[in-house]
Amino acid sequence: MAEYSALSLFKNAFSGNRDWKPAWRKPDPKPSYDVIIIGGGGHGLATAYYLAAEHGITNVAVLEKGWLGSGNIGRNTTIVRSNYLLPESVRFYEFSMKLWENLSHELNYNVMFSQRGVLNLAHSPGQADAFIRRGNAMRHGGVDAEWLTPQQIARKVPGLDTSKSARFPVVGGLLQPRAGTARHDAVAWGYARAADRRGVDLIENCEVTGFLREGDQITGVSTARGDIRAKKVALAVAGSTSHVLQRAGIERLPIESHVLQAFVSEAIKPFVDCVVTFGAGHLYMSQSDKGGLVFGGSLDFYNSYAQRGNLPTVEDVMSEICAMFPSVARLRLLRSWGGVMDMSMDGSPIITKGPLPGLYLNCGWCYGGFKATPASGYSFAWTIARDEPHAINAPFTLSRFERGAVIDETGHGPTPKLH
Amino acid sequence: MLIDCPHCGSRDLAEFSYQGDATRARPDLASTDTKAWLDYVYNRPNPAGRHREFWQHAGGCRAHLVVERDTLTHEILTVAFARDAAGGDAA
Amino acid sequence: MSPRRTSAGGLIDRTRTIRFTFDGESLTGHAGDTLASALLASGISLMGRSFKYHRPRGVFTAGIDEPNALVTLLREGVREPNIPATQIQIYDGLRAESQNRFPSLAWDIGAVNQLGGRLLGAGFYYKTFMGPVMGPLKGTRFWMMCEHFIRRAAGLGRADFEPDPSHYEQTNAFCDVLIVGGGIAGLMAAEAAAKAGKRVILAEQEPITGGFARWSGETIEGKPAHEWVSNLTARLASLDHVRLLTRTAVWGYYDGNTLAALERVNDHVARPPKGHPRQRHWTIRATDVVLATGALERPIVFPGNDRPGIMLAGAMRRYAEEFGVLPGSRTIFFTNNDSAYEAAANLRRAGGHVAAIVDVRAKISSAASELATAAGVSPLIGHAIVGSRGGKALSRVFVQAFDAASGTLSGDARQLECDSLAVSGGWQPVLHLASQAGAKPVWDGEKQAFLPPPPTQRWTGAGAFLGKFGTTDALASGRDAGLKCAGKRASRGQLPAIAPEALDLTPAPVLEIRARGRAFVDFQHDVTADDVRLAHREGFVSVEHLKRYTTLGMATDQGKTSNVPGLAIMATARGITIPEVGTTRFRPPYSPVAIGALAAERYGDLKPERYTPMHDWHVERGAEMTPAGLWNRPLIYAAAGETVEQAYIREAAAVRRSVGIVDVSTLGKIAVKGPDAATFLDRVYTNTFSTLKVGKARYGLMLREDGIAFDDGTTWRLGETNFLVTTTTANAGAVMQHLEYCLDILWPELKVHLTSVTDQWAGAAIAGPKARAVLEGCVTGTKVDNETLPFMGIVHGQIDRAPVMICRLSFSGELAYEVYSGAGHGTHVWETLMEAGEPFDITPYGMEALGALRIEKGHVTGAEIDGRTTARDLYLDWMLSKKKPFIGSGLMDRPALIDKNRLRLVGVISLDGQKLGGGAHLVERGSADEPGESIGHVTAFCYSPTLQNYIGLALVRGGKLRHGTRAYLSDPLRGRFGQVEIVSHHFFDPDGERMHG
Repeated sequence: MAEYSALSLFKNAFSGNRDWKPAWRKPDPKPSYDVIIIGGGGHGLATAYYLAAEHGITNVAVLEKGWLGSGNIGRNTTIVRSNYLLPESVRFYEFSMKLWENLSHELNYNVMFSQRGVLNLAHSPGQADAFIRRGNAMRHGGVDAEWLTPQQIARKVPGLDTSKSARFPVVGGLLQPRAGTARHDAVAWGYARAADRRGVDLIENCEVTGFLREGDQITGVSTARGDIRAKKVALAVAGSTSHVLQRAGIERLPIESHVLQAFVSEAIKPFVDCVVTFGAGHLYMSQSDKGGLVFGGSLDFYNSYAQRGNLPTVEDVMSEICAMFPSVARLRLLRSWGGVMDMSMDGSPIITKGPLPGLYLNCGWCYGGFKATPASGYSFAWTIARDEPHAINAPFTLSRFERGAVIDETGHGPTPKLH
Repeated sequence: MLIDCPHCGSRDLAEFSYQGDATRARPDLASTDTKAWLDYVYNRPNPAGRHREFWQHAGGCRAHLVVERDTLTHEILTVAFARDAAGGDAA
Repeated sequence: MSPRRTSAGGLIDRTRTIRFTFDGESLTGHAGDTLASALLASGISLMGRSFKYHRPRGVFTAGIDEPNALVTLLREGVREPNIPATQIQIYDGLRAESQNRFPSLAWDIGAVNQLGGRLLGAGFYYKTFMGPVMGPLKGTRFWMMCEHFIRRAAGLGRADFEPDPSHYEQTNAFCDVLIVGGGIAGLMAAEAAAKAGKRVILAEQEPITGGFARWSGETIEGKPAHEWVSNLTARLASLDHVRLLTRTAVWGYYDGNTLAALERVNDHVARPPKGHPRQRHWTIRATDVVLATGALERPIVFPGNDRPGIMLAGAMRRYAEEFGVLPGSRTIFFTNNDSAYEAAANLRRAGGHVAAIVDVRAKISSAASELATAAGVSPLIGHAIVGSRGGKALSRVFVQAFDAASGTLSGDARQLECDSLAVSGGWQPVLHLASQAGAKPVWDGEKQAFLPPPPTQRWTGAGAFLGKFGTTDALASGRDAGLKCAGKRASRGQLPAIAPEALDLTPAPVLEIRARGRAFVDFQHDVTADDVRLAHREGFVSVEHLKRYTTLGMATDQGKTSNVPGLAIMATARGITIPEVGTTRFRPPYSPVAIGALAAERYGDLKPERYTPMHDWHVERGAEMTPAGLWNRPLIYAAAGETVEQAYIREAAAVRRSVGIVDVSTLGKIAVKGPDAATFLDRVYTNTFSTLKVGKARYGLMLREDGIAFDDGTTWRLGETNFLVTTTTANAGAVMQHLEYCLDILWPELKVHLTSVTDQWAGAAIAGPKARAVLEGCVTGTKVDNETLPFMGIVHGQIDRAPVMICRLSFSGELAYEVYSGAGHGTHVWETLMEAGEPFDITPYGMEALGALRIEKGHVTGAEIDGRTTARDLYLDWMLSKKKPFIGSGLMDRPALIDKNRLRLVGVISLDGQKLGGGAHLVERGSADEPGESIGHVTAFCYSPTLQNYIGLALVRGGKLRHGTRAYLSDPLRGRFGQVEIVSHHFFDPDGERMHG
């Protein structure tokens, strides 16, 4: 399959764009594979890519219930950052950030990663201290971070209410300049195309309905398109984790599925350059390349698999965006949608071997799965290929709860809706 | 979403505070069975479908309710006072 | 004057002339005009530029589905971008601007993009702009450079940075039946339900009810249809239990039959009357919903289908019938169904000239033939339009013989002159709300349209929503829907007589004519039929991939005119049927909603503010207030010229030297009463309260179930079965909720009652060696000496007649008391204490001094109890009772929680005389440039007036083990690096002699 480049674009334009080939094949499933990955979202596709690219394991199938990228990879607010507090998180997300910085080249697919900066606003001295603690943790972990004064913030983000009379005045902000946004669908498609080019079978409309086992050992899956055997079966299904694992007899997990809504306004000319988060509530906003303001807030706060939220959260989010940017009140909300989040009990993911022999688990991404996509795929592929974790995912086990070694960024404890 | 509080009547979601899964079995306070505590604190069945859960009518009578709700459709099937409901945490 | 206005007819008020400007040009219209109809009447057909290619575009529809004619309104001093001209009622002084063009709408430099057409096909940006792998533009740099220009070219209108001056309202409504859509079906449903006594709300998005009846030209019961609906509307309006909401678009269908609607209350006037909202956000909870949302017309896609002058046939009919506007002087109709024939006949009757009717079908009905005759033409059946010419206005189209069954063209193309073209590709019911409610629309192969899914919530469909497009059907299904909501059976009663007879609007299954040239599917986003085929070629074949890859249907009109043609083209490319391609799920909102309207009263007033009873006193004394959650608290009471640091050092020193007073009303306070209150507290606190004597207080610590510290505070035993629990300010709500959960769910057998009394009590803390002397000077009814009021003792008395409760406890480490009075007495008690303290130079102190005093004493707060620390981390193990279980005891001893290397509480002292900093880290070695590995962080710091140095509390790996060692403070964010000594966190009076004294 041809490389994408400006040249190929020209050549094809001259031939009426008739010679473009499918971005990936649509193969029928083979009877068996070395590795089956359940879930054709960002993490599953990235895992398949790194299995092939880093470990030479290409006899791999990705099984997707619907269309590739139909889960949270195509429903998020596209933010990429590594501005974390705890050392385990800093290491993991910074590893991801480094992969992001070269991802378009690596995949030969422009994922439009734009390092426009992520700015977290602080609204009280205590919050400023907490953010500075975080920023310093980043700097000690080799991650870029800067502290901005309200005056610097006002210059950087015109339109933001930085006045002293604001209900929650801005006292400063934590900026990660290398953070930014990427085109979410392109990440799925880029990984899909790159994995396919290395021989991975991407199989859409293939729901896993059960697991094949010999004793405890998982030996394959039953699907809508027949039984498929595999030496290893890896799960990357985000909000559907509990639901799918129930079919393997795993009845209880430290996961709850919650609905998170996201929003986009009508397209306008450039309005805000970086990603801005509100510290006196829960709101994050950026502007897409098309011009829409993309923003989100808190969960709806109840278990849900519905990909659909309710009105109180919509109203909360709109109120917060108006408090940050009073001129946005005049703009119009174009579309809202919901994603099902796999909320873990400490707000951190699980990337591990198990919980059954032959099974590998990747879940618990809460709000934060998009930015993790490269590192999640990379370390999950490593774990599957070598049967041991990579250094970056070693702390993100299922057994950490038992030991008390939780990785609780927000300090909210085992209340999944609060992470 | 509307929840029919047995005390206050049918009220909007915005008045309620979600308190999570109502099927977890809490060990006796004096229990030293760490496994049971871990299961209670961390693990959830998280079903896709009928879910038994606690809601507090925080913006109303402040009673805790046991609500059965479908997590696929958000349809609310039953509502009762948590204090009256058999089973669950209180058992 | 108005070159395109008919001499008579229409529903506009020709006696009223309205003046407005478009791109600075002064124009006029009549009352009842939309901006689109007024511009058309003025002979202006170029109204906008498309998103990508900046193609000149005219108005394409007459309603909410408009993709092209988007303008920016300039009102109340701010810009409101992207408003469809078809949705704007003109008013005197209206100012509108065209968008996405430079320097002008007629001459737009961005149109150069059209030259790159094939290069800029669907998804082109995924394939390029990756830049070099080495050099200064490696990584993301090259893309970001390109992106800069792409962003400026993209977007539509320009937004302001100026705050929106409008105000918005939110309101709730409840009804038995909510009817969405005020056309004939909706009105009939309303009447039927209302007659049965149901409380009805009817919402219509247009300013006037009637819908299609306003421009159909039909008669009902011998009257013009628009008159008939006006009469019916008037009857409904006179009923008390019917509420008619016009200019109200129902945009969201949420769970539990909760629907959201936006009423554009004052968008049709220059300025809302004082105190009135611009828009109102309705939350409507309805037992039953009737969806009578009608149908939208679809275009046929063909090359050159986007020139100004081309519009939907139904829109053409509406402009002629409702607004008395003829969009052209020579109009051609192009159709696959009969509805265009009615439109042509209407246009002719209104005075327009129909040049031709081009129909893709091989045969047409006799009704259509008659209408063609009425329109003055004989239709060109079995033909299709294959191209158009004209720059900024249509000048001609090309017609070729067409076989609808095979989709093939034959013969030579003929040229037909025209300045306007009306297109109809059939009708698609508006199913958005039904889809939002939870189910997927169902394709009907015969009707060639998606029809409503079976209801997933309590709604009933009526009229064109059901795919029944005739007025008779609307009357009947509307009435039946209303009856059904009233629990009644469908009626067989006589329906009003309609003339003329309704047509069968089933279209031929032709939605695209394939010929040379660019054919647009999504006008606003410039998605062409070739883009859809490119998506197919590259494997983006499911409906969601199509949408995401090409951006089809993602523009401000959300694909209202483009979805079905797009699916049809993909279905043809794949050789499958439309339903096999799939349908997208519709998401709220149905039509765009002002963000401010959803914030409503919270716009400009996000959250309530909480003030303590003594708030005004603080402000009058010049306190600098700081937010603490929702509360406002004094930070410092600055004397003239003082910095914050100077002020808090002075205040804290005054407490240590003599006496100070601080407002502690914000502490959470919970009355815990009942026979089992002590048992209850023993379970929720790590330490024991059942042994506490009446009239004494005790410091308590709560854990979470996972064994992590949750909150601390003192609890006062006021009686055998009566306790007052205090919590930290920040956790007051969370602790209350936690306790309620425990009582309601964990231990419902306990007889305990909880009441939040935070707001009922005002609290003042008096601290310092002279604190007792101050109380002695003003407290009556009790002694306050050491014997009567020992450490942790409680007494009741009066201060200047106000009843008070005094507890001797200390956060500062000084001899200190908390004086509680009823909130209404708070200021009086405070002032009396100030007066009594005058001889001792009593000093009010704020949060900063409070912080400094607690740091010196080594007391923990939220900065240390941060949701990750255990009791042991904070050296509060002595509070973990070994005699009884408590919440958190089950899991607090897990191995990682008792690890020696955890972050634990210590004190730090600056060794370079410089400030520390909250959030600064500590390292064992390193330098300002290479800070090394973090071993912990500073949670709080202050200048200690006692130690005459900067000190802080810190959480450090190993905690106590490091006492006496040195480390470096590393604060790269603020550029600080300096040496510190790690010491015990009890800097001041570790044995507590002063507070016990």
